[in-house]
Amino acid sequence: MPILTVDGKTVEVPAGANVLQACEAAGVEIPRFCYHERLSIAGNCRMCLVEQEKAPKPIASCAMPAADNMVIRTNTPLVRKARRGVMEFLLINHPLDCPICDQGGECDLQDQAMAYGFDQSRYQENKRAVSEKYMGPLIKTTMTRCIQCTRCVRFATEVAGVEEIGAIGRGETMEITTYLNQAVTSNLSGNVIDLCPVGALTSKPYAFAARPWELKKTESIDVHDALGSAIRVDARGAGVLRILPRLNDDVNEEWISDKTRFAVDGLAKRRLDRPYVRVNGKLQPASWDEAFAAIGAALSSTPASRVAALAGDLADAESIKALKDLMTAIGSTSTDCRIDGAKLDASVRASYLFNSGIAGIEEADALLLIGSDPSTEAAVLNARIRKRWLKGGFKVAAIGPKVDLTYRADFLGEGADVLEALVAGQGFAEVMKGARKPAIIIGQGALSREDGAVILGLAHKLAEATGVVKDGWNGFNVLHTAASRVGALDLGFVPGEGGLSVGDVEAGKADFVWLLGVDEIDMTNLKAPFVVYQGSHGDAGAHVADVILPGAAYTEKSGTYVNTEGRGQRTKRAVFPPGDAREDWAILRAFSDRVGKTLPYDSLAQLRVKLVEQVPHFAALDEVTPAAWAPFGSDGEISPAAIGYAIENFYLTNPIARASATMAECVAVKQETACGCGHSHGATGTHG
Amino acid sequence: MSHGVAPAGPFEQPASFEFSAENKVWADKIIARYPAGRQQSAIVPLLDIAQRQSGGWLPRAAMEYLAGLLGMAVIRVYEVASFYTMFNMAPVGKHLVQVCTTTPCWLRGSDAVLAACKSRLGIDINQTTPDGTFSLMEAECLGACVNAPMMQVNDDFYEDLTAETTLKVLDALARGETPKTGPQIDRQTSCPEGGPTTLTTFKAAGE
Amino acid sequence: MLQDKDRIFTNLYGFEDWSLPAAQMRGDWDGTAAIIAKGPDWIINEMKASGLRGRGGAGFPTGMKWSFMPKQSDGRPSYLVVNADESEPGTCKDRDIIRHDPQKLIEGCLIAGFAMRAVAAYIYIRGEFIQERRRLQAAVDQAYEAGLIGKNAAGSGYDFDVFVHHGAGAYICGEETALIQSLEGKKGQPRLKPPFPAGVGVWGCPTTVNNVESIAVAPTILRRGGAWFAGLGRPNNTGTKVFCISGHVNKPCNVEEEMGIPLKDLIEKHCGGVRGGWDNLLAVIPGGSSVPMLPKVICDEVLMDFDSLRAQRSGLGTAAVIVMDKSTDLIKAIARLAKFYKHESCGQCTPCREGTGWMWRVMERMVQGKAEIEEIDTLLEVTTQIEGHTICALGDAAAWPIQGLFRHFRPVVEQRIADYKARTTSRAVAAE
Repeated sequence: MPILTVDGKTVEVPAGANVLQACEAAGVEIPRFCYHERLSIAGNCRMCLVEQEKAPKPIASCAMPAADNMVIRTNTPLVRKARRGVMEFLLINHPLDCPICDQGGECDLQDQAMAYGFDQSRYQENKRAVSEKYMGPLIKTTMTRCIQCTRCVRFATEVAGVEEIGAIGRGETMEITTYLNQAVTSNLSGNVIDLCPVGALTSKPYAFAARPWELKKTESIDVHDALGSAIRVDARGAGVLRILPRLNDDVNEEWISDKTRFAVDGLAKRRLDRPYVRVNGKLQPASWDEAFAAIGAALSSTPASRVAALAGDLADAESIKALKDLMTAIGSTSTDCRIDGAKLDASVRASYLFNSGIAGIEEADALLLIGSDPSTEAAVLNARIRKRWLKGGFKVAAIGPKVDLTYRADFLGEGADVLEALVAGQGFAEVMKGARKPAIIIGQGALSREDGAVILGLAHKLAEATGVVKDGWNGFNVLHTAASRVGALDLGFVPGEGGLSVGDVEAGKADFVWLLGVDEIDMTNLKAPFVVYQGSHGDAGAHVADVILPGAAYTEKSGTYVNTEGRGQRTKRAVFPPGDAREDWAILRAFSDRVGKTLPYDSLAQLRVKLVEQVPHFAALDEVTPAAWAPFGSDGEISPAAIGYAIENFYLTNPIARASATMAECVAVKQETACGCGHSHGATGTHG
Repeated sequence: MSHGVAPAGPFEQPASFEFSAENKVWADKIIARYPAGRQQSAIVPLLDIAQRQSGGWLPRAAMEYLAGLLGMAVIRVYEVASFYTMFNMAPVGKHLVQVCTTTPCWLRGSDAVLAACKSRLGIDINQTTPDGTFSLMEAECLGACVNAPMMQVNDDFYEDLTAETTLKVLDALARGETPKTGPQIDRQTSCPEGGPTTLTTFKAAGE
Repeated sequence: MLQDKDRIFTNLYGFEDWSLPAAQMRGDWDGTAAIIAKGPDWIINEMKASGLRGRGGAGFPTGMKWSFMPKQSDGRPSYLVVNADESEPGTCKDRDIIRHDPQKLIEGCLIAGFAMRAVAAYIYIRGEFIQERRRLQAAVDQAYEAGLIGKNAAGSGYDFDVFVHHGAGAYICGEETALIQSLEGKKGQPRLKPPFPAGVGVWGCPTTVNNVESIAVAPTILRRGGAWFAGLGRPNNTGTKVFCISGHVNKPCNVEEEMGIPLKDLIEKHCGGVRGGWDNLLAVIPGGSSVPMLPKVICDEVLMDFDSLRAQRSGLGTAAVIVMDKSTDLIKAIARLAKFYKHESCGQCTPCREGTGWMWRVMERMVQGKAEIEEIDTLLEVTTQIEGHTICALGDAAAWPIQGLFRHFRPVVEQRIADYKARTTSRAVAAE
């Protein structure tokens, strides 16, 4: 723990800290462009120069390890001159296009120019112009603005694990680009936009949409996967214009996936903004009253045993609770949230949680992936696994088809028999046994099979046999893909005694089906039953519905979501739902009243009290309540079929994403890249 | 990227590249110079071989081939290839004439050498003759300063040039001859013209 | 004047055969095993005693540099890397050592490598030295064949490899950490220090980077004794040095001379004097393009060594003497160097990437006189904004020549600007 002096103040910093961090510990802010806590140190911008006693010249504080007895000064004429010098150099070739730059108002260069800039330029020569680059449909480039800090290069290489961005050429003609202007393939690519300290890399879909000071900023939680990444929703008027990551070291650090960030345009498209009722085979606009009347009529003519309700991937815990309570009031036990057919067991919480915690992966020293491709199922988690892998001493093996995970993984095979062999103690099981903190990540690809419960049982056996669960460590992890899933399981939104399951509904065994934002099931046999679709988007569920009840998207309501770790978090309303659409719990509450089964809460606050009554850990928001280890899974035969992955197309996993034109473009570009023709967008023909 | 000679005309990127059998043997020998797992160290020498095999320039296919061979991302290969000035991203003439014009050569008349090249070849700096025989480049210091002015043509240095001797060298090359390399005046390498002032007590000197 | 018997590079001009048998006739590889038998400590102490300072430009004591290498391996091998990326304008000495006396370098690699407990030497030669690279490889092959390097090198019982590696056109790779990056197959962009190469160098292993000449003189020093070398030159500036004299002298040449030789002697005795006589001298860049120039009045007396030139706010650098007579447009000479540094900046760090281009463009205007007098001070301030603020010394090297010009010849630039103003004003008046 080095002790040093910064501007006369003595500070003690952790071993391995650099001088810049020591300065911050002393309460002194150091300007920087290239330095970033989560990237390797480049030391190239030279903005963070400080004076070190006895050093012949100023030192780059980001690159200098803090050491005992160092005497650092940050406010001397020498330091000021150095910073002003660097600032002047950065500005001489930087265009004066701040008025038309999307970074304007949130630009590090702009901000620091206020502190260290000259009020006029001494540079009489022509400014440099840099040819435009193409990086895909998400990242807009204006490379003339680039200050060559290489944050984007380092992010792609280190965090995203795709060596696709580089700095070509040298000297003042050094340029940031991808090889032959190919699109960046990472599902985390958008983070370079946040990292870029200037307006060289900006959001393509958000281009010229708004100025930051016009936006209302709402801190919220993402629902596009089951991680619950911390986000900020930026809206103007009724429209959500962009999503940015917030810091949450326990969950997403400061990254979000491209879907989280860029599916935002899907919030405004294909929206259900009023109730509909099917009349003579055609959906007709209706009033709430007419819609409720139609549902009430259908419900009264259906025996409770033939009434089912399913909760979709984006449903909040409050509306799930309300739907569950409604079904109970009606007398139906047919509720299910496992719409992908996952054989999850709601009775043992440890059996469906990511028990180590997302950050806990950094402690693991061996990892087995069973039917899970985190790069598509939870891209941010995948970066965390890669981060762990980069530190070394971390062996990864996988059961499932070979994919590029951005870290070395030993693909053991695709069959479930591979798992059986591991349970028998062979191969990678030895590695796990020898590990201090071995971990398993089991994906919905493995659990949604017919024999999912058996696989879950095998995973339980393997966990016990290889020390995955031990004192102070539970490395048994289920990786969910649906934001709603853990909350729904916590609430017991699974078939009760004699209740119908998702599979039964798909088989046409129910006569009345309430779909709470369910679009991903097989709808073939849902033509005959009476279907209520309650949700935000005109997707697959709405197409088969007899009555549509327009709900609110995650940016339009305050809802609780429990992430894959079991961490309850809450979204906040950034904008109001469109048209007649309402918050989902309120729709259910209103309907319950209409059919004389009035739910016992008149407000969200009252509903939340009931929620906590049923499941106490809902009171502990933002925290993870550890789950007790217990037996789960079942014995039985396993199918010889290969174990697949849950997500076929990362960009199209939910109705918001499917409504997004940006996501559609990403799909198109991916397909083009995959065709292997080698042609690229925006690339010029020949060089020189 | 700023450096680079314009080719004689439009050109095509070859669809594929592979080392010749002979070059593959050579490449393997070079890779073996570096510790196991450090094969990336061979990238510059291998790019050089690939450029020679391709007739003096680096097709994209060659960079992609080497990325595969050495287990590098292709952007890393491209970064390297574009960083070092000796790699040409487009075809150059059969004779790549590089006239050093840095101060030591300039002091001794590199302007005249460059002018002689321009007039003899009928092209400007960074151009290629339409027949593809010569490309002309201005080079930074090539490390033969006591034999200034000088130029490099492909693998060889021509030193102690004047406008006249420059033309002689170019003419000989144009005729398909191999002109004498090194000093173009009566002089032994970097020894003072007219004979050494040192090492005279050794028998061979001056003989 | 240095006597031939005290010259190390006896085949500097290549009058004799470069190959191994001829080199052995000249004394190379004589008793190498015996030197090695004396052990690393003896070698390093003898090198320290010789007073040899690095010949690549910085002048760091060679023996001390070797002593920084770990005495005990922590499992990582150590490496010697020889810097043959000779690219400093004015400098062409290593080229002669490589093409005419390569065995001195190879023997030096073994001895130095042994002293620093290295397993191998990599000689990094600049890409443009294609014939020299071939010659060096042939010499290395001969040494392997004769058992002088490789297993039980030269019968010493020590296993040591020597490999030739080459660049492809980048001055910056002469900077030791850029060279290491390049040797690893990356862009030649200097690394941040710390860590220093002796701790973390090539492939993460302890590494010492030495100039060709520093390594090539080592065997002779050890054969004749550090005291012999220390007896040449002046205190703290000992030994012999290969000087490269280019520019406006009658007979430009390389020559091995004693450290501390008066500049005037060097030029008059070996180079046939300044073109048009000593009085026709205008200025000299005494140590390669990176060091500030000296006007004639200093050249009259100055001695050619580290401390003497430093006292004149210049430097010995690589001992590349660029002579400029009174016909020289000094502004243009320096503008051309500014262009060189702009071209060779790696682009990594801000002050150098942006500053070298700025300086060059202003210098180009000043060549024509197309500038304001006040811009001189702006330009000088720009040089100080680069100097000392960059990752490596290229920024300093780009700044110093310009500082040198203005330190000694500011009136020349002011006159140029005034002349241009007068010319354009009179033209404007005439046009009215």
